[in-house]
Amino acid sequence: MRIGVVTFPGSLDDGDAARAVRLAGADVVRLWHGDPDLHGVDAVVLPGGFSYGDALRAGAIARFAPAMESIIDASRGGLPVLGICNGFQILCEAHLLPGALTRNQSLHFRNRDQFLRVESADTAWTNNMLVGQEILIPVKNGEGCFVADERTLDALEAEGRVVARYIRGNPNGSQRDIAAITNEAGNVVGIMPHPEHAVEALTGPSLDGLGIFTSVLRALAGATAGGHPGGQQ
Amino acid sequence: MARVVVDVMLKPEILDPQGQAVANALPRLGVTDVSSVRIGRRIEIEFAGEPDLERAREIADKLLANPVIEDFDIHVLDASAAEVA
Repeated sequence: MRIGVVTFPGSLDDGDAARAVRLAGADVVRLWHGDPDLHGVDAVVLPGGFSYGDALRAGAIARFAPAMESIIDASRGGLPVLGICNGFQILCEAHLLPGALTRNQSLHFRNRDQFLRVESADTAWTNNMLVGQEILIPVKNGEGCFVADERTLDALEAEGRVVARYIRGNPNGSQRDIAAITNEAGNVVGIMPHPEHAVEALTGPSLDGLGIFTSVLRALAGATAGGHPGGQQ
Repeated sequence: MARVVVDVMLKPEILDPQGQAVANALPRLGVTDVSSVRIGRRIEIEFAGEPDLERAREIADKLLANPVIEDFDIHVLDASAAEVA
């Protein structure tokens, strides 16, 4: 399996994301924001950081990068896409996910280890986890407050598209404690905290983040075996 | 030269913690009669030729404002008004 990790100008966590992908057992393909060619990857990770310096709004400029245009098209065909932190912001700006990420309610940049509860195992990026499972991964953001109108929030809940929630404290004021959501098809997931920083005992608070990356391998293996959409190209 | 001005504001129902922080600081200046502060963004666009409102609207809609959380308003700023401003 070949998983692409996109580097934008200002990406910070592309190296860690690539490392997490490797530890999960996949081959990493480094993708460049200016290159529309996805090099036949089976899935894509949009890493954290401050793409284009967060000019205008976090993710607003990155959404128009040549690589993103290709990723937006391919995601509609089922390509699994994970956006972490700034990647989540980019997915919202690209309207692949509903809602928006706004300034933390506290106005403080929050950087700490954070407990989440997994709320859906029906996505390409969480199928190797359990609903109700509590995981501990780092959160670090200044604009991580998830907002959407009440109707959208109700629809996300009703359709099982809230993927993870903050527990034991909400670090940024996100509505309904939402930490991660998915699109209708379950192939696109945005998560504000950083699973790629919780994949090794030496540097992470746990190994809980690994489940995200092994999930997509399982989804892709299933897609190859059963012909379920998800591993296009 | 005429400019097109785009004012971007958070929608009324979206919380503005920055504005609240400013409002909370005002009593320190001795200002006690302000009930709310909301912070937005003003963007000035200069076209190479005549200002094109429709084009500016397209830019605002696609890039300058995020319609999920923000509203925008567009007007042309003529040279004389610019001097006053």
